[in-house]
Amino acid sequence: MTMATGQSTKKRKAAAKPGNESAKRTKTTLRKNSSGSAAHQRTASAQEANAPAPADAHTLQHVIEQFLYAQAESLDGKRWQDYINLFTDEGHYWMPAAPEQTTGEGVPSIFYEDKNLMQVRMRRVQHPDAWSQRPLWGTNHLVSNVIVESENGKKDELVVRSRFHMMEFRRETSRHFGGSYVHHLVHTPDGFRIRLQRVDMVNAQGPFEYVLQIWV
Amino acid sequence: MLQQRPDVRRAVEADRVHKSVYTDPAIFDLEMERIFERVWIYCGHESQVRKPGDYYTLQIGRQPMIMVRGAEGEVNVLYNRCPHRGTMLVGDRQGSTGEFFRCSYHAWTFHTDGKLKNIPMMESGYEGTRWTRENPDCNVKRAARVENYRGFVFASLAADGPTLQEYLGPAKIAFDDMCDRAPAGEVEIVPNCFRVIQNSNWKIFLENQLDALHPSVTHQSTGRAAHEVELDIAKKTGHAPLSYHMLSAFATVTIDQWDNFQTLNYPHGHCILTGYMGLRPQDRDTLDYERVLAKAYGKQRKEEILSTNIHHVLLYPGLSVQSPLQQLRAVRPLGVDKTLTEIWHFRLKGAPEPIYRRALAYYNLVNSPSTMINADDLENFWKCQQGLTADGGEWVSFHRHYGHDIARDGMVETAPGMGTSEAPMRNQMKAWAEFMDKA
Repeated sequence: MTMATGQSTKKRKAAAKPGNESAKRTKTTLRKNSSGSAAHQRTASAQEANAPAPADAHTLQHVIEQFLYAQAESLDGKRWQDYINLFTDEGHYWMPAAPEQTTGEGVPSIFYEDKNLMQVRMRRVQHPDAWSQRPLWGTNHLVSNVIVESENGKKDELVVRSRFHMMEFRRETSRHFGGSYVHHLVHTPDGFRIRLQRVDMVNAQGPFEYVLQIWV
Repeated sequence: MLQQRPDVRRAVEADRVHKSVYTDPAIFDLEMERIFERVWIYCGHESQVRKPGDYYTLQIGRQPMIMVRGAEGEVNVLYNRCPHRGTMLVGDRQGSTGEFFRCSYHAWTFHTDGKLKNIPMMESGYEGTRWTRENPDCNVKRAARVENYRGFVFASLAADGPTLQEYLGPAKIAFDDMCDRAPAGEVEIVPNCFRVIQNSNWKIFLENQLDALHPSVTHQSTGRAAHEVELDIAKKTGHAPLSYHMLSAFATVTIDQWDNFQTLNYPHGHCILTGYMGLRPQDRDTLDYERVLAKAYGKQRKEEILSTNIHHVLLYPGLSVQSPLQQLRAVRPLGVDKTLTEIWHFRLKGAPEPIYRRALAYYNLVNSPSTMINADDLENFWKCQQGLTADGGEWVSFHRHYGHDIARDGMVETAPGMGTSEAPMRNQMKAWAEFMDKA
């Protein structure tokens, strides 16, 4: 089942490789815009640390947003391998069990998955005998309030905060999840890759009616 | 209007039960009254409420309760109800109330053992009424009985009945096995509770817990996916972490192998599923842990502890314990077709960090709200609940290996090679009928 039926062929192709596409755009735009912008001092300094050449803050903002949108689209389009490919080899997807947690290591987490565990999850939902996956289900992600930061001091890393809303429809039931993402992005020859994605759902503390089958 | 009491005796036979026990709201109400609000129900672990005033709320049957650490260090279990107008004394799931509870409605205050502390206008407003300090109705009602076994706190809302240890019988090994695996002889809570709602009757969950046939069917997708990745990792690095084996075993242990497991069925519906989970590999972490354990207990005792052959213990009617992995699930029925499970993990005091970490991996992978295992159970439970409301049949079958179980010394064990026997379901329903028959 594909969720992308409303898209044009061209768009679907572009979305098929979100990581690569964003990466190419990043490199090009970064080289083109060498003037920089004094008005965006904080973001500009983040760029200096992370980008091969100074660039316009608006361009970086745009590139990051496109990356986040493409990631969300890979979820809604059920292109799980594309989604996994957006992570670095040592990258983690983490949904803390409690908002005050500062690391996924050694604490209960709703998700704390490296690429190997993500492979297990993907292969499981694709298995024909995953009974709970039989009913049609779909999701719709909206990503917004994107703020580019670089507060953690790691030179090779961009920290990006954003907000999301996810609506899921499974069988006869709609569920809503909302919260924040923090992406720790690194430049690679293939474009941006996620070293760590932290997902804090506002409603993670309540009881779950049914469970979460795939990343949010 | 007086409601007709359902005739529960006719609903249970030795090898089958009537569908109404899962679907009839009147039977559900009677279950709350005659089972959950009478027998010993698990409240929580004492390490959840460390300091005086620390509390945690829970539901016993239909009753909202508070487990609170008292001023003398004792753990009290109180009804969450102000004796004035019935207001719940605390609205949060957990917290600290300090030295006393203070009702948010009219500022009545109570000590943490439930005794009245003060009522505003006690002298001027209540003079000449029967509402005096001596009136026991002025206190917050306490659970009739509270007992603690190795740190695990239970309450019974009935004044009479067996003691906790009498009630649990041999099933208390769940707590002995968990605590003995700690070099310090006790466990402490990992302060996180995963809560998942099942759209099904509470008994369906209990029956599934010891159904040794279902894993290779229900969980094959996850088992196979984990096995594939486990092999990939092993090819690349030599060996995959134990957590992959915890998932892959659901598929690699085939149906006929599950028959080699055994269930031991006890009075009151309790049951032990034997079978060990390969948690004693000869890796460095395990060997380090075994050395610490031997130092604490001596070699012989260490060997006894680590050879305890338990996969899972079910303590009827509301607790499922996996002692080798230090986790438990408490079952809180919300309605005839709705059940809450509260899922906890414990740390073995004195054990090296890696032993905690590998049990934590199981907690995260199997028991968290992103579980790749229970997802398919919940799907089956919901389907059962839906199907049982239909007129397509009257009875639920518990015939697997019926007639082969071995009864001895007041308990029933499955015959060799018949571990998938539906003996636990038959045993649970036998206990259920006994509880329900007592007015």
